[in-house]
Amino acid sequence: MDRPLRLISTNPLDQLARTVEALLVVASAPLPVTELADAANDDPERVEAALGLLGERYREGRSGIVLEHVAGGWALRAAREASEACARLFERPAQRNLSQAALETLAIVAYLGPCSRPDIARIRGVAADSAVANLVDRGLVVEAGRDDAAGGAIRYRTTPLFERVFGLESLSQLPRLDDVGADADQIRDRLHAVAEKRSA
Amino acid sequence: MIVRELDLDLDAFEGPFDLLLTLVLKDELDLRELDIAAIVIAFLERLAERDELDLEACGEFLVLIAALLELKARGLFPEEAAELAELEPEAAAEELARRLAEYRRMKEAAGWLRERLAAEGDRFFRLGPAPLAPKVELRLAPQEPERLATALRALAVEPPQVSLAHMALRFPPVTQFLERFRALLRRRTRFDFDAEVRGLSRVEQAVAFLALLDLRRTGEIAIDQAAPFAPIRVARRGAGSVAGRAGDARPGDRGASGASGEENANRDERTVAWTVRSA
Repeated sequence: MDRPLRLISTNPLDQLARTVEALLVVASAPLPVTELADAANDDPERVEAALGLLGERYREGRSGIVLEHVAGGWALRAAREASEACARLFERPAQRNLSQAALETLAIVAYLGPCSRPDIARIRGVAADSAVANLVDRGLVVEAGRDDAAGGAIRYRTTPLFERVFGLESLSQLPRLDDVGADADQIRDRLHAVAEKRSA
Repeated sequence: MIVRELDLDLDAFEGPFDLLLTLVLKDELDLRELDIAAIVIAFLERLAERDELDLEACGEFLVLIAALLELKARGLFPEEAAELAELEPEAAAEELARRLAEYRRMKEAAGWLRERLAAEGDRFFRLGPAPLAPKVELRLAPQEPERLATALRALAVEPPQVSLAHMALRFPPVTQFLERFRALLRRRTRFDFDAEVRGLSRVEQAVAFLALLDLRRTGEIAIDQAAPFAPIRVARRGAGSVAGRAGDARPGDRGASGASGEENANRDERTVAWTVRSA
């Protein structure tokens, strides 16, 4: 019943953009296009177009507010030029003082997740319990079911907050890590050499 | 320094490390007999003789000694390691290389995340719990008011009284024992409490004892007991001194027996009430 009225209005996309803008202001987490479309009661394609208009208006250097595509949705954030002022106003516990162990654990969960603490320990060679607990406290990883085996270990995956903190649209934005293949070959050759000596 | 030429002088083996490995791999030397810690100590002593650390030799030694330890462990626990024990040295090296490479990749990834964090750290955004979604309006199916009233009426009925009869402890009245003991004392000046209540139930014995205390309180009897848990001896008050005027004189003695009887009855009720409450 709303549709015909919109068609009559002179600049419907601009009106939709204002609605989307309002939705983004009240949201506390990135909103996917589908969710914006449901709330605005409009087509996803038109919402995308409206987001294009807003992206032009809210971009770095033009406004104190920036529209970004992050963690599978759209969200407003502060412009980078205001970051110092923002830092004086509040801190961000999710990313403060992330240790090397925490970052390695986070990388394993992000690339191989969902994975369990034993999986992580197998790769890092040390127990992962405290690192995982620390990341859970920060809200960067979260429990995601259990291993299939009976009494399986709890598995973990990264959260939307992880994507947001690291500025990723999704996990698929993580870079491919096959550029260390040469290293693996080198290691393998040396081990083979040792093995040959051993069996000689 | 060449690890293979490391001279060993162990309980189970004497000679160069190289020979030891060969013998172990040919199953001519039982690893379980071998003190691996002694090999490590020999290597460390050799290492200490030199001024500079030979990293190449250390690495090689680590790999070899780790392999020996693993083989020894599998030898000690053969069943649990059945599948992995079949790994050839080459396959084991392959597996180790795979793991090392995987760890290297994850270290790289962690490095990338660190750089990313440094680059994206100046993005501030609002964080908060997810807002509540609007409540979905629940539509009820059309209902007839009469049926609703019937259903409510069925619910509004006073629930039936639950019987607690099966939980009750049955107490014989204290008066029953008061009368019994008084009758007894009219015939005899003293009696043995334990002998008198023998054969009664535990509860009956307890009530009988209450009756005894009541008689003692009203001054009708004297109670004594030679030792804890010894038989309780009951004597009519004054029985020792006025033994002569026992049973038959008694009703005459107590002119106000009507009034005191009532009093006793009241006390009896109280005692019973107290007993039931504390039970």
